[in-house]
Amino acid sequence: MPAGADPGAVTAISSISPNWVTTRLDLLTNWARANSLWPMPFGTACCAIEYMATAASRFDIARFGMERQSFSPRQADVLICAGRLPFKLAPVIRRIWDQMPQPKWSISMGACASSGGIFDNYAMVQGIDTIIPVDVYVPGCPPRPEGLLYGIRLLQKKIQGESIVDDSLRDEHLVGPSGLFLPAERVDELSEPFGNSVSQTRSG
Amino acid sequence: MTAIAPSLPALRDAFGDAVERVAVSCGDTIVYLRRDRVHDALAWLKQTPGQEFDYLTDVTAVEYRDPERPLEVVWQVRSLGRKVDLRVKVALDTAEPLEVPSVYDLWKGADWLEREVYDMFGVVFTGHPDLRRIIMWETYAEGYPLRKDFPLRGHFSRAEQTRQALAANPEAHYSLDELSIAEAFHELPKDVRERLRRGDRGFLR
Repeated sequence: MPAGADPGAVTAISSISPNWVTTRLDLLTNWARANSLWPMPFGTACCAIEYMATAASRFDIARFGMERQSFSPRQADVLICAGRLPFKLAPVIRRIWDQMPQPKWSISMGACASSGGIFDNYAMVQGIDTIIPVDVYVPGCPPRPEGLLYGIRLLQKKIQGESIVDDSLRDEHLVGPSGLFLPAERVDELSEPFGNSVSQTRSG
Repeated sequence: MTAIAPSLPALRDAFGDAVERVAVSCGDTIVYLRRDRVHDALAWLKQTPGQEFDYLTDVTAVEYRDPERPLEVVWQVRSLGRKVDLRVKVALDTAEPLEVPSVYDLWKGADWLEREVYDMFGVVFTGHPDLRRIIMWETYAEGYPLRKDFPLRGHFSRAEQTRQALAANPEAHYSLDELSIAEAFHELPKDVRERLRRGDRGFLR
């Protein structure tokens, strides 16, 4: 303390600007993770147009800590599948997901990514949750930017409820010996036909 | 409007009864040819002075809902200089092997068009240098999706389709070797080869 200074002033300053705080580690890490999500856009169709609108200035996902679009999976936190996923792209999204480091999350944007949507046909994956684990499903065809932002807010809320000591959240869910991420019966059940395709007979 | 294309009389003179039928639809002339003469006829249409159908707009195929109707392979050709179009068709009995001659030797652009027809309909283009699937992945085993006997959701169960898709190696047939510019170097146009030799990359004049 410099000579001649008032000892009372120093006490007052240190009491209003402490150099340390106490908090729960979960709260701190989750706060940091939830508010600096770097998205890996996997845009395959019209949902990607809405995603671009979400990222652009009017809706601006940078407000939610997504300033940096991560076009490299190795520096990404959240995979946003915007659009229908053909079977031909299934191994590609699987590999991108495998390349992303933990902790990682994924958002299935739109009806087609979530369920196959109108594409109940030979070429289309009936929901990307048969290929990779999904945290948030955003409905819509395509969802408006507000819808995607709501989904991102939901994901942030989910992340804030996580615990860093719970390892089960970080399970890789690798493809099993059957070659599938889910059991075969689950895949068939998840992709049960609806609408016009119900009456179609399956040959084997 | 409903006039038959002026190329027709000359085509009939040259190929006689290989011209099975001629129809006019919406102002377009459609020529049905015999399968064994279709390559000769297309070559004639391309190379004969006064015809000069130098541009292959599309190669495709049509299968009709009625099982007794044949599957038709369609060549749409255009003369860029004369600004006229002509549609050439060959009718194939679906009970027999689907084979037509490739026109890759006439138009290089037929390469991917014929691969697409092969991929979707199973029509084999004899003489094509690299006939393999182009839209579906190469190990796709369910058949030819645009055929009428193909179920909308495919032959296999969703679990099997997902398993096969995940087992596919996306880089297996599109390796760097295959895409290597060094390998294709001698096929590039001369001016491009010159620019590459100088190390002048991507500069457009």
